[in-house]
Amino acid sequence: MTIASLIDSPSELTDAASSKTAIVLMTRIRLARNLSGTAFPGWAKPAQREEVLRICREAVAATSPMKRSLNITVGELSDLEKQILVERHLISRELSGAKGGAGVVISKDQAFSVMVNEEDHLRIQVLRSGFQLKKAWNAITELDSALEDHLDYAFTPTLGYLTACPTNLGTAMRASAMMHLPALVISNQMEKVVRAVNQLGMVVRGLFGEGSDASGSIFQISNQTTLGESEGEIIKRLHTVLQSIIEHELNAREKLLEADAGKLFDKVGRAFGILQNSHLLSSGEAMNLLSLIRLGIDLAVFPDASRSVIDRLFIEAQPGHLQHAQKGEFDPAQRDLLRAARLRSEFAHFVHPDFSFTTNGKN
Amino acid sequence: MANPLKCDLCAKPATVHLTQIVSNKVHKVDLCETCAQAKGVTDPSGFSLADLLLKASLNPDTPAPGGRCEQCGFTQSDFKKHGRFGCPTCYEAFKSVVEPMLDTMHKGTTHTGKIPQRALERKSIYDRLTKLELDLTEAIKSERYEDAARARDEISQVKQTVPPNPKSAR
Repeated sequence: MTIASLIDSPSELTDAASSKTAIVLMTRIRLARNLSGTAFPGWAKPAQREEVLRICREAVAATSPMKRSLNITVGELSDLEKQILVERHLISRELSGAKGGAGVVISKDQAFSVMVNEEDHLRIQVLRSGFQLKKAWNAITELDSALEDHLDYAFTPTLGYLTACPTNLGTAMRASAMMHLPALVISNQMEKVVRAVNQLGMVVRGLFGEGSDASGSIFQISNQTTLGESEGEIIKRLHTVLQSIIEHELNAREKLLEADAGKLFDKVGRAFGILQNSHLLSSGEAMNLLSLIRLGIDLAVFPDASRSVIDRLFIEAQPGHLQHAQKGEFDPAQRDLLRAARLRSEFAHFVHPDFSFTTNGKN
Repeated sequence: MANPLKCDLCAKPATVHLTQIVSNKVHKVDLCETCAQAKGVTDPSGFSLADLLLKASLNPDTPAPGGRCEQCGFTQSDFKKHGRFGCPTCYEAFKSVVEPMLDTMHKGTTHTGKIPQRALERKSIYDRLTKLELDLTEAIKSERYEDAARARDEISQVKQTVPPNPKSAR
């Protein structure tokens, strides 16, 4: 598969048929793995990195989920292509900045991606739309075991899988869910939630990981620690935490409706008006407006079927995707014009809001 | 008067004292005004105590015993600089540095999760083969032909159980 055809085919995230859950947009698990007796990528000599890259790409491509995958080095990707892959969560920002001897293998359906020579030799990842931790784990452990047949992993019985950074030792697993939490944001409860989640040994980040902001009220919640618990225990604990965040979000929605439904519907209605008529939209503003429309869908202001449109637009409003659609490179000011035009045309045919039977929120 | 607390990251007097409970474990950090600001301690959304504890334990002011990883030449001061290790063998070479860190960083200090079962079995078979081949050469050299024959038979036996050749970047 080529990068061009991958970019133009529907991904796990942009696939219109895949959005079913209201609050958890996407589940993701990643495993870090290293080859025994071989220097970690950050310390390896260029020739060693090339050797690891060759061995790992070959081993990964031979597994069954990776049949007809995209198998490419970072050097072969243009800046725009890298940006698109980052926006789809298929590679990390760190990998996109790698100088040499790094690559990625991405499955045809874009559900699996394996980065080679990021911080660790292998960063194996699986993406599933919706709230599917268990399914994601089953899929990733199968791929990991298949790779184990071809590669000698660095592992000790006491420390588990050995990773470049000691914070990833043990299971070397990071399980996360991307959550849409507009009511907790509107009612200023996110700070409280972040603190509580931290105390439970979980971390909250913005949409694009470490250091990114939470535009569109989208947050990533993941486990902080990796050693001392099995994968199953970590996933179970994360599941409980996510479940309770969902409940808090639903409560917050109910409270907002009880306290002042008019104020909440005003936000949704105005967002619709701006999306239909504006001529300049930054990606941050676009995300926040789309987030309000998505909240409107959850509150039955718009039909359920529109949710997948919004989830697709969350991705398509990102700078890389926008420039790809327009077939060119544009500076941020031009992009804001193009983004507004894109969203105007999308919302010209969007179902109009119906505020008549929204007496209580639904999940 | 008792010594005033020093900042865990630089040596200035600490004015911010932070206690966080993560999974029933108490973590304490003392910081000066500047480091607290820089680390975003005042902004709970962008703040991770684990990262901070890692950096604090890497404070270059604490005297470090010398040490070098035989496998990759990585030194303890390299670790202080990068916060990452050089190769898997570093965990053995710098055991005394890693072990005290794990307790604050993780929920436990012993792995209880997935084990690469097939890889480990394969490794034990290869280790055994290497040893037997060494025995064989030695036995031939010192003209102990009975031992040599035994080693040879064992080698062919073990080889029958060997899975396909694994790849590693050695």
